[in-house]
Amino acid sequence: MSIIRDTKGILLGMWTTWKRIFRRPLTIQYPEIKRVPYPRFRARIVLTRDPDGGERCVACYLCSAACPVDCISMQSAEREDGRRYAPWFRINFARCIYCGLCAEACPTMAIQMTPEYEFCTRNIMSLVYEKEDLLIDGCGKSPDYNFYRHAGIGVTQPRGEGLNEEPPLDMRSLQP
Amino acid sequence: MSYDLIDIALAFGKIAVIFMVILLLAAYLVLAERVLLGRIQERFGPNRVGPFGLLQPIADGIKMLVKEDVKPAGADKWLFYLAPAMAAIPAIMIVSLIPFGAPLTFFGRPVGMQVVDLNVGLLLFIGFSSIAVYGVALGGWASNSKYSLLGSVRGLAQLISYEITMGLSLVPVVMLARSFQLSEIVDAQKTGWFILYQPIAFLIFLISIVAECRRIPFDIPEAEGELVAGFHTEYSGLRFGLFFVGEYINIIALGGLAATFFLGGWHGPLLPPVLWFLIKALAFAFLFIWLRGTLPRLRYDQLMHFCWKVLTPVALLNILATGWFILLVGKG
Repeated sequence: MSIIRDTKGILLGMWTTWKRIFRRPLTIQYPEIKRVPYPRFRARIVLTRDPDGGERCVACYLCSAACPVDCISMQSAEREDGRRYAPWFRINFARCIYCGLCAEACPTMAIQMTPEYEFCTRNIMSLVYEKEDLLIDGCGKSPDYNFYRHAGIGVTQPRGEGLNEEPPLDMRSLQP
Repeated sequence: MSYDLIDIALAFGKIAVIFMVILLLAAYLVLAERVLLGRIQERFGPNRVGPFGLLQPIADGIKMLVKEDVKPAGADKWLFYLAPAMAAIPAIMIVSLIPFGAPLTFFGRPVGMQVVDLNVGLLLFIGFSSIAVYGVALGGWASNSKYSLLGSVRGLAQLISYEITMGLSLVPVVMLARSFQLSEIVDAQKTGWFILYQPIAFLIFLISIVAECRRIPFDIPEAEGELVAGFHTEYSGLRFGLFFVGEYINIIALGGLAATFFLGGWHGPLLPPVLWFLIKALAFAFLFIWLRGTLPRLRYDQLMHFCWKVLTPVALLNILATGWFILLVGKG
């Protein structure tokens, strides 16, 4: 009979909620208890340096192009030795959605996501971070990667002295 | 019977005390509901203002007071301003009918622990709960908004229908107590609560008062998933607060009445009568909150079907059966 089935359904539901009343809430009481985010948690964006201390960013605009909300802007320039860099680099964190596409797009692993999430503020203009705010002293997630040791041949070191790089061949010695 | 100054002072004293206690209870019932719903959903609920969030009602009250009072364009001004009071005042008036303790003696004269002890108290309760319908109906009509109007039309149909089952479920109580006077109904339950003789009438009354309070699963007039907030969509600030407080006073009042009619009112062993009454009334309030945390909203046609095709016939049969029983056993 449907009335017995319905009554049973209601009572079962009531029993379930009754048990829930005495359970410990799952909520983390935020300002008092802070959750430790995982290392790959995507929050504040930083610009990292390579192991030698130089800037990794080569101002290729790939992060800016990948950004779905267009919050990254920069200017590219070249040093005297031909090494590219960004004279200014700006991320508007008021627009950033922390999707991590910029970090994925970066060929030099310069732009990286960090788990630091507590930097909200009442002044929205202070969320526009300039290059000096973004640049950190460490290497971030890939400590021994140095883009110019693998690529950018002939810019920071003579040909054939990069990692995994064969010295230039004398073409004539290959001839039979 | 003549009245002198002491009588009048006692009456006003009772009114003042009951009014303050009811408002305080209603305010803290809101907090209790939010905390309990939170616990049911495995979260904390409000716990920021004061220790354990105990000052939350005060913060809510201040918020209601200082909010802008918006009147929608094209609204019927007088009805719009009047409707919240018409929803809240009957709820407070119902409280004045409830006996919440044994009569005490002040200044050498007996003082009943209820504001008025009328010989037609039960009828007056049904009358007041009918007047409360006007608050819903006129509030929605005067707002000049389609959501409000839909909500009030639904509310009108629902409240009128469930008033019938509520009235019918109270007839056996009157038959057993042989009185419309609430204090005599309580006295008639000194030996046995009416819930033991009338479990079906109690269940029908319980379902009806949940519907009268417009609570989930019967919150069709204000169904927030479909109608924004139903009849009080356009209300803000203090006027919304009046609707809101009225709803919670209604919960306490109807819970107290359910205790009075079926659970022996203030009768109970060991504890003082007022405490017994409060325990019973607040148990009903807890049940209301628990139901809200558990059940989904009924569909409109299910609601009407349930009222007219299930509850009303069962209530009528229950009256007949009770009449037969009284006639055969001769119990009065």
